[in-house]
Parts: sequence; structure tokens; C-alpha cells
Amino acid sequence: MIPLGLPAKKSVLKGLRAGERVALSGILYAARDQAHLRLLKTLDAPPFPLENAAIYYVGPTPAKPGKITGSAGPTSSYRMDEAAIPLIGKGVNIMIGKGERDASIRDACAEYGAVYLMATGGAGALLASKIASSRVIAYEDLGPEAVRELVVKDFPCLVAYDTHGNSIFRSDDT
Amino acid sequence: MRKIDIEQISSAVRDAVIDINHRLPASFVKRLEMAKASETGQRAKSVLKDLVDNQRIASEGIYPLCQDTGVVVVFADIGHNVFIDGDFEAAVNAGVREATLKGHLRPSVVNHPFNRVNTKDNTPAIIHQKRIAGDTLKLRIAAKGAGSENMSALKMLKPSDGLEGVKTFVVETVRSAGGRPCPPITLGIGIGGTMEKCALLAKEALFKALDEPHPDERLARFEEELLEAVNDLSIGPMGIGGKTTCLAVKINDFPMHMAALPVAVNIQCHASRHTEVVL
Repeated sequence: MIPLGLPAKKSVLKGLRAGERVALSGILYAARDQAHLRLLKTLDAPPFPLENAAIYYVGPTPAKPGKITGSAGPTSSYRMDEAAIPLIGKGVNIMIGKGERDASIRDACAEYGAVYLMATGGAGALLASKIASSRVIAYEDLGPEAVRELVVKDFPCLVAYDTHGNSIFRSDDT
Repeated sequence: MRKIDIEQISSAVRDAVIDINHRLPASFVKRLEMAKASETGQRAKSVLKDLVDNQRIASEGIYPLCQDTGVVVVFADIGHNVFIDGDFEAAVNAGVREATLKGHLRPSVVNHPFNRVNTKDNTPAIIHQKRIAGDTLKLRIAAKGAGSENMSALKMLKPSDGLEGVKTFVVETVRSAGGRPCPPITLGIGIGGTMEKCALLAKEALFKALDEPHPDERLARFEEELLEAVNDLSIGPMGIGGKTTCLAVKINDFPMHMAALPVAVNIQCHASRHTEVVL
């Protein structure tokens, strides 16, 4: 596994290839459907710095008493496709989720030097065990869809779309 | 008449919903382990290892298997000699509410197609009631995540489309879903009935024991044929290519109008959360 510190510079991301396994350590911002709709309305005053940010498409279960987080696996990324492009334009360079996305995301990754990483879908318990801290930083009223700042250690992902236009998905082989 | 208290129903639902969110059925874990052993690609193997590790960590009770702890679906077979002392659906919903709040499950249900305000306790559950003979109350309970449910589909075929038509529709549904429904998947296939009956058949098929083939030999062979056909797509675990796209295909059939051949495909992700409780 390739260790990858966050936030990551574009020059580092350029070295990654689709299919490689990476271990993330550092800050991830949790945001999914409703949070994306709100982020799009506040692109010029976002609740966290977008430059070189890593966004994780997740809505965790509530933490049990005394625990840092609840179960925290990725949700399907395709629902964030439209909202992702303007965010990539504002500097977001890592997206983490699961499943295939629209070809426009592959193109945007290549154009802007961003990557789409895949965490194992449904492995919410395993991935939660890699989260060292979690706090809500915006849109608390959205409950599980609130924006969280997560600090992760050795969080495992596969590179799904790299900065060179390659994809890991079988359905993209043609 | 045998009386069943509504409190008994609520606590059975609560315990079942918490339990299925932390523990996969043993037969299912066995299939995941077999799939992991049979994959030759390192990446596919590593994803399946994640899933085997994940269910072990979840079974310790701190984190649910998946953060999408789902919408609760209940099939209740109520014996005609059973007297339920109160509002059955309210009792089921009280169990779901308690499971969500005390079990720290994710509230994933919103109240309206467009207002989309979270109900904060996963109510209402989706409840299907049926009267049967006897004096027991059988509850089949599932927690269904949206990732795989969103990839499910139904089509009204022509009778002349036959087995081949059903096969084409099933394979196309799985192909277009790709990695999104969190493969390795299980397929519940409904064939027959009317439109709504067919969807229910597919959902109920997911409760069937993995190791029991369909009692009708022709349909048992068709289950195997469909399993082979969808695995030939090589979508693989989480869509990254590999031998393991689907762990099992279960068919439920029902008589239908002579002019109809409805087919429904309910896709289940690898976190197959189903159980049965008899009161």
C-alpha cells in the first residue's frame, strides 16, 4: 500500500495509477448529497478550504457512547457527479466514494489533476476503525449528512480514476 | 385465540433490527469466504478480504456492518388464531424507532419525496401483512440499503419472451448496475403475478435460504443459469473486475394473466441483512 498524506499536492497525485492501493492519513471532509447542494451555493465562502481538499462521500451512523465515530463506509458517488465538477474547479483534488461515475468525472480528474478513490463499499465497520477523530463543522441540521472533519490513519482505498484518464472499473474497459 | 402483546412485537422487531445490522448470517459469511478463496486477482481478493474483516469487526457490536443501516422491511404472516392486542403497525414502528435510537443506527428515512425532512428514527417501516393458518406470528425482517435498492428494476415482458427474455432483462439490469450496488450481490427475482405482486416476490426471494434451490427443477436450473450469466459479466467485487459478481440467485414465481410475464429484479448488496422471528 502506498502511504498518502492529506492534504495532498497535485504533484503527488500525478504519481498514482488506477488500481493502486493507497493508505490515507490526515484530514478528510465528509460530505454527501444535501451537503453538496449547499456547498454549490457557497462556493466563494465554503465551510472548509477547498484547495487540495479530500472529500469523502459518507453519512456515518451515530457513534455509540464513548466511541469516536459510528460505521463509516462510502456511499455511491454517481449521485454527486454534477456537484463534483465545480468543486474540482475550486481545488478539491481527492474524492472518495464507491462505484462507477459519469465519464465527465474521469475527464475532470485528468484535466485538473484530481483523483477519485474507491473505499470498499459496505465495509463501514472496517473503515470506521481507521478514523482517529470526527467533528461536525457545518450544516449540523442535516444529521448524518452534515459536513464532518475526519482525521484518518492508514485509511485504505483503491485508486479508481487517476490523473491520466485511467479507470479501475470493469465497465470502463472498452 | 392466542394473544400476542404489542410490546412483544416491538421488542422482537427492535432486537432483530439491531442484530441484523451487526451480524451476517453464517451461510452468507461462508459464501464470502469461499469467494475470497476462489478469486485469483489480488485487487478483487483484497476487497473480499475487507468484507470478511468487516463482518468480523461489526460482530463485536461497536460499529454496524454498513453505515447505511437501511429502511426496515417487514413481512408479517399472522396466524388466523392470533389476537394482537393493539395496533400492529404502530408496534412494528415502535420497535424500529427503539432500534434506531438505542442501537445508534443511522436515521436514513425522509418524510416526503421532495421536502425530504429526516424522520430521525427510520420510521415508517415498510410493512406487508398476510393472514395464514395457525396460531403463530412470523416476522421476516430486512434492513435494506439504498445503494442496491436503487439499482433494482421491474419489466412487464410478453409471454413469448420466455426464459430468454427474463435472462436478458436480469443480465442487463446487473450489467448497468455495475459496481454501484456493492457486489458481490444476491439477486431476488420475481416472475409472475401482477406488477406489484412481482416486486413483492422479488423482495421475498431475498429471504430464502442460500443453499436451498428452487423446488421446481426447471426454475432451480434457471437460478444456476442466471448466476453463471451474471458472473460471466466479470463485474467483480465492488465493480473492479473478478469472478465474484453474484453469490446467489433466488427465484420466486406466481401464476399470472395469460397475456403477462412480469419480472422484477431486486438487487441485494453484500451486507445482506435478513432474519426471521416466530412469535
